[in-house]
Formats: sequence, C-alpha cells, structure tokens
Amino acid sequence: MAVLNEEQEMLRDMAREWATNESPVTEFRKVRASGAPEAFDRDAYGTMAEMGWAGIIIPEEHGGSDFGFLSAGLVVEELGKTLTASPLIATTLAASAIMLGGSDEQKAKWLPKLASGEAIATLAVDEGPHHDPAEIATSVSGGKLTGTKGFVAEAHGADLFVVAAKDGLYLVEKGDGVTLTTRRLTDQRSHADIAFDGAAAEKLENGGDTLLDDVLDRARVLTAAEMLGMAQIVFDTTLDYLKQRVQFNQVLSSFQALQHRMADLFADLAQMRSAVEAGLQAVDSGVGASRAAIVAKAEANRVLHTMSNEGIQLHGGIGMTDEYDIGLYLKRARVLEPAWGATGYLKNRFATLGGY
Amino acid sequence: MATQLEPEARESADVFREEARQFIADKFPQELKGKGLSMAGAEGREKETPAQKSWREAMGERGWGTPTWPKEYGGGGLSRKQAAILDEELARAGAYNPIGGMGVMMFGPTLLEYGSEAQKQEHIPPICRGEIRWCQGYSEPNAGSDLANLQTMAEDKGDHYLVNGQKTWTSGGQWADKCFAIVRTDRSDKHKGISFLLIDMDSPGVEVRPITMISGTSPFCETFFTDVKVPKENLVGEEGQGWTIGKRLLQHERTNLSGAAPGGRGGGSLADIAKKYGKVNADGTLADPVLRDRIADFEIRWTSFLHTARRAVEESKAQGGVSEISSALKKLGTKLGQERAEMTIEIMGLQGLGWEGDNFSPVELQGVRGWLYGKATTIYGGSTEIQNNVIAKRVLGMLDHQ
Ligand SMILES: Cc1cc2nc3c(=O)[nH]c(=O)nc-3n(C[C@H](O)[C@H](O)[C@H](O)COP(=O)(O)OP(=O)(O)OC[C@H]3O[C@@H](n4cnc5c(N)ncnc54)[C@H](O)[C@@H]3O)c2cc1C
Repeated sequence: MAVLNEEQEMLRDMAREWATNESPVTEFRKVRASGAPEAFDRDAYGTMAEMGWAGIIIPEEHGGSDFGFLSAGLVVEELGKTLTASPLIATTLAASAIMLGGSDEQKAKWLPKLASGEAIATLAVDEGPHHDPAEIATSVSGGKLTGTKGFVAEAHGADLFVVAAKDGLYLVEKGDGVTLTTRRLTDQRSHADIAFDGAAAEKLENGGDTLLDDVLDRARVLTAAEMLGMAQIVFDTTLDYLKQRVQFNQVLSSFQALQHRMADLFADLAQMRSAVEAGLQAVDSGVGASRAAIVAKAEANRVLHTMSNEGIQLHGGIGMTDEYDIGLYLKRARVLEPAWGATGYLKNRFATLGGY
Repeated sequence: MATQLEPEARESADVFREEARQFIADKFPQELKGKGLSMAGAEGREKETPAQKSWREAMGERGWGTPTWPKEYGGGGLSRKQAAILDEELARAGAYNPIGGMGVMMFGPTLLEYGSEAQKQEHIPPICRGEIRWCQGYSEPNAGSDLANLQTMAEDKGDHYLVNGQKTWTSGGQWADKCFAIVRTDRSDKHKGISFLLIDMDSPGVEVRPITMISGTSPFCETFFTDVKVPKENLVGEEGQGWTIGKRLLQHERTNLSGAAPGGRGGGSLADIAKKYGKVNADGTLADPVLRDRIADFEIRWTSFLHTARRAVEESKAQGGVSEISSALKKLGTKLGQERAEMTIEIMGLQGLGWEGDNFSPVELQGVRGWLYGKATTIYGGSTEIQNNVIAKRVLGMLDHQ
C-alpha cells in the first residue's frame, strides 16, 4: 500500500465505508435485474458526486478538489471491490481530457458540471472490439464529426462524449447526429456502439501531439485501479472460504497444495498493487507516466485473469452459481482486460517505448 | 500403435463401412446436418423436433447410439473397430450420435458391470433407445470432494428403503426421469456404509430446485428427498458396496469428460477464428506473429493430448486394465478446453464477450456461455486438485503427510 497522506486516508476510508454499506454487490444485482441499458443508479451517482468523487482530479477553481489520480484510484479501487456500477471512471477520464486539451471556455463550461455530477461524460476512442488507437477513421469537417465508435463504456448515461478523430480529440454532446446501439456484454454494464453522423464537434485544441496518449495513460491506470479492487476482493473472499469450508474432516486451508496456491496469489496481488499505485503516482508526477501506465494495466490484466479463474476453481461448485458473487467478478474482469489495451497490445507498446 | 489389418478383417471392415454409410443415407434427416447433439438430449423430449426424434429412434432401434454395448440389452453389439468406423461415417455425413447423457456416459456401463440380470433388462434398453434420462445423485452440500462424507440416509423398511436427505449440483435433475444415487445405509462406517440406489424422480417426496449458473442457465439443481420410498429391487450390488460401484462410475465419467470442451469447437479452429477476427498477410499467415506463435503452441499441446488419450486407450486394452496415464487425462483435457475458450475470447476481443443481443452471432454468444460453463469442467467429476492427489498418491506412491 502506498504511503498516503491524511486527506487520502480519509478519502479511502470514506469510500470504503460507503461502498460497503451503501453500495454492496446487491446494489449491482439490482441494476443488473432492472435490465436498463444505462446500468447504474442515478441517485447513487448523485451521492458519489456530492461526496466530491466526481471532481477528485478537477482543479478547485472548477469545482473539484484537485487531489489527483492516486486519490481517484483509491476511490475507484473501493468501488471495484463491490462492483459498483457508475460512470465515475468514464467521467473522470473525460474530465482529464478536457483539463489537458481544453480551452479556458471549454474547461469553464464542462468541468464544474462534471465535478458536481450534473453532467456525465465518457471517452469514445476505439472503433472495433480491440483497443487500437492507431486505427481511427472518424473524421471532422466543418465542425461536424462522422464515424463509428465501438463498445463505448457508460455511453447511455453520457451527456458529453470525448471523441477521438484522426486529427485529435473532440467534444460532442449527445443529441442530433449521435445514435447509440446497445451492446449487452457479459458484465451487464453500459456499453454501446455509437454512430456519429455529422454531429456538432468542438476540438480540444491544447495538449499537443500526445494528448490522446496522455488520456489513454490515465484510462489505463484508473481501469487498473478498479481491477485491483476486484482482485483484492476475490482473493479475500477465497481465502475466507478456504478457512471455513470443511472437507475430509479438515478445513480446506489446511491442505498444502491450496496453501501454495494462495501464497502465489498473494505474491501476484502484491505485484499488482505496487504496479497500479506506481502508475497512478506517475500520472500525478508526470514522470514516466506512459510506461508506468502500461506496467499497471498489464499487471492488472495478468493478475486479475489468474485471480478470477482461481477464485472460481478454489470455491468448487458454489463458485459456479449466479447467486454467489465470485462469477460476477470473473465476467467484469474479462471485459476490463481488453479495455485500453489487452496484454498483447501493451507489451508491444512497452517495447516500442523502450526502443526495442 | 495402429496395427495393419489382416486382409479378411479389412474386408469385413469394408462391408461394415458400407452398411453404416447406407444406414446413415437412409435415416439421417438432412436438415440436421452439421448440427450436432444440442441440449435437446439433456433438456428432454419437450424441445425435440420431429427430425431429431426420427433420427434418435432410428439410431436407438439399431442400438448404434451405444454401439459397443451388448445386443441382448439393446446395444449395437459392435466391435471397437466397427464403432470407430461408425463414428467416421457419422462425421463424414455431418451426422451425430443422438443418444447421450449420463445414462450412456456413466450409468449404463456401470450397471452392465454390477447390475442384476433383471436390472439390466429393465434399465439398459431404454438408455440405448434414448428414452430415459438419468441424473447423478452424488454430491451433497457437505460432500463434494469428500464424497464419502455423504449423509443422505436410506433406511431399511423391509420391502423398501425410506430415503431422506439432500443432494446438490444434480445436473439435469429437473429433466431427469431417474436418478442413480449413492446413499448411506449404515452410519457406522464411512465407506462401507454407502449403497448404490436407483430412484424414480417422480416418486412422492422428491423435490428439485434449479440453480442458476454464472453462464445464466440452470443446468443443475438442489434435490431434496423427504420420506421417499424406494423398492428394494432398486439396490445395485449389495448393501455397502455403493462406494466401490460409485467410484467405478466416476472412472467412466472422467474418461468421458477429459475431451469435453464446452463452448468448444464452435467457430472452427483457433486459427480459423484468428483469421476471421484478425488481420491476415497476403500469404495467408496471421499478421500478428505473437498470436500465431501462441495458437501453434496451443495446437501442439492439444495434439499431444489427443495422442496421450489414444495411447491411454490402447494401453488399457493391451494390459486389460486401466493405464496409468488415464489418471492424467481429465486434468489435461479440461485445462486445454478452458485455455482454448479463453483464447477464443481474447482473439475476438469485446465481440467475444457478448451476453445477448443480435449484434453478436450465435457462435459468439455460445462461446461466452461455454467459456463460463467450462469453468466447471475442472471442478466436477473429481476436481483437478483431487486428480492431482490421486496421481500423487496412487500412481506415484507419494505419501500422505497427514
Ligand atoms: C456444473 C456442475 C455440474 C455438476 N453436476 C453434478 C451432478 O450431476 N451430480 C453430482 O452429484 N455432482 C455434480 N456436481 C458436483 C461436483 O462433483 C462437485 O462440485 C465437486 O465434487 C467438488 O465439490 P465441491 O463443489 O463441494 O467443492 P469442494 O470439495 O468444497 O472443493 C473446493 C476446492 O477445494 C479443492 N479441494 C478439495 N479437497 C482438496 C484436497 N484434499 N486437496 C487439495 N484441494 C482440495 C477442490 O479441488 C476445489 O478447488 C457438479 C458440479 C458442477 C460445477
């Protein structure tokens, strides 16, 4: 665990308490049962925004608290633990794009609304089922944006889209020329393909050539933070279960074969935590963020993949039931794995950044 | 090793191949071509189409759904060689064996070995005709890997047993006509107090509650027995012999499960999937060299698994007993099946993670459900950990430290 300052500790404790008490997995189950494509609870998101979470990275002058990504990651991790469905990550990432690339007017127009929860936003980058920012066909002419985005997370609730076009990032508001087609994935959250057909678009002019990459670094570390919370809970739940479940007249945790499995997972989880925290800190400091973000997401992919499979296996039959939560983590884990870079993509980019 | 057939044998093989080919040409409804045995087999007659019914009946009448079982009980009475030819001909015609389920995979072979003449006469023919669906009443809430800890009691009441207790994870329990169960007839001995009993699922006092699985379907149930009367003639073997018989049945189960890869081969080989969903060079090779390497790596291990499975069968036949390597087949096959499902998802990206909706193809959706269901293959039928214990202790002679 990274060394936290007092504010960060308070923030984390508050998030943990709220997630545990107000947003346990049963809340996600309600959202899922409702079948609503938006797939989150507006009241709960309102409360989250009131607690200041939607503005954690946003400067104080625009209504945020300017705590940075490590702090945002602490909250996201706690929400990941209980599978809280919300557009918090999506909105935070869109806000970061506006902070990095927006004009003063754009910042003044959107950041306060995003911080207060009045508006919801999301990033629309990839155009197919794989993360591939080099393959963007969406284009803009005369302030009108045209193109198709695939599997955009939290699209249904979004008032604003930060859209990657060939020549940069654009702001597009929901409305004319923006058509959503729901994509119901195995995690049963909000995903949609979006057809932009001459939608009014405003460019994010600042931020230079690396704007998209900088935003993607942030997407990687924050997604990895959600995955960290999930991996932690799968680990804790599995360990608890092994300590309780009796077979052959002894608790399962007394079998050395299983002890070693848990010891391996413990070590993996330690790696994942260090990588994710280092990624968040690198984004805050601005030093080596791209590489750190890749390490964070690649380690998150690796460890959560194993953890989610082992969690099921070590629970035996009960882990296969819908009633037990562990399968929900498996399904969410696989959807997050390709987001902003499956491991193959990330390794390739890591090597490229390293010049080999 | 494959042996060369003597001329005479080759001739009779050719005759049989012609017979099989003719039968399939006559009886296999073309509309079922390439479909394979759907869940209709397990979910029951309600969902069976007329074509499926006629094919099941044709194969059942001939006994070819259970090709190597004795003719006197409704089996095909074929040699292994002939059964293999039949398989080849079915595959060639895009046909499939419509007779399946637990009756065929595990219960039938066990009853043929341990059942009384009357029991075989009663129970085997309907299995061969695919008329009766069986479920497996083994696991209980506190008897999973430690199966012998089972507590469901069968009390001797003179002409019948009175059964009380709970089973769980009963696959197909809600569709089954009958259940082969292991129950306790004696509390004083963990293993010798177990008996093997056949229970009608429509007996008064049997109640099933389907359990929803992570894949979204409910293929298994909790099964409750409350004062269920079971006639004495439904005891297989002797009282107290249930553990021996029950374990024998598990051997059949494991052999059948080792090659199982649910979600399995839909969509073709991994290479086919990669070509369809990814980039291909002008010369037909996959554009992503890492993926190409990983697919080859998988296929090499899958091929060597198939060799191992075949060697296990050949050795067992030659030795007249189960080959040592059989014990490794279930864990090898199921792990490879899971690996394949994971790779399929990875290759398809988010397109391979659809839950529902018409922007995913049926193959994609089945792939996801199969990937999830497939997580069970390393748990049921003796988990991978239990297989490892068996290998370490029984095959390798490594001592138990406890
Ligand atoms: C989809 C599905 C279908 C099924 N169908 C049927 C059916 O039709 N009929 C039926 O009777 N049962 C059925 N089962 C039950 C299945 O046989 C049991 O789930 C299995 O035996 C494991 O038992 P358990 O679930 O109680 O897990 P547990 O025994 O509690 O095991 C939990 C974990 O601990 C591990 N473990 C246990 N003991 C040891 C040990 N000594 N050393 C190391 N590791 C150990 C296990 O491998 C597992 O990973 C089904 C299960 C599933 C998932």
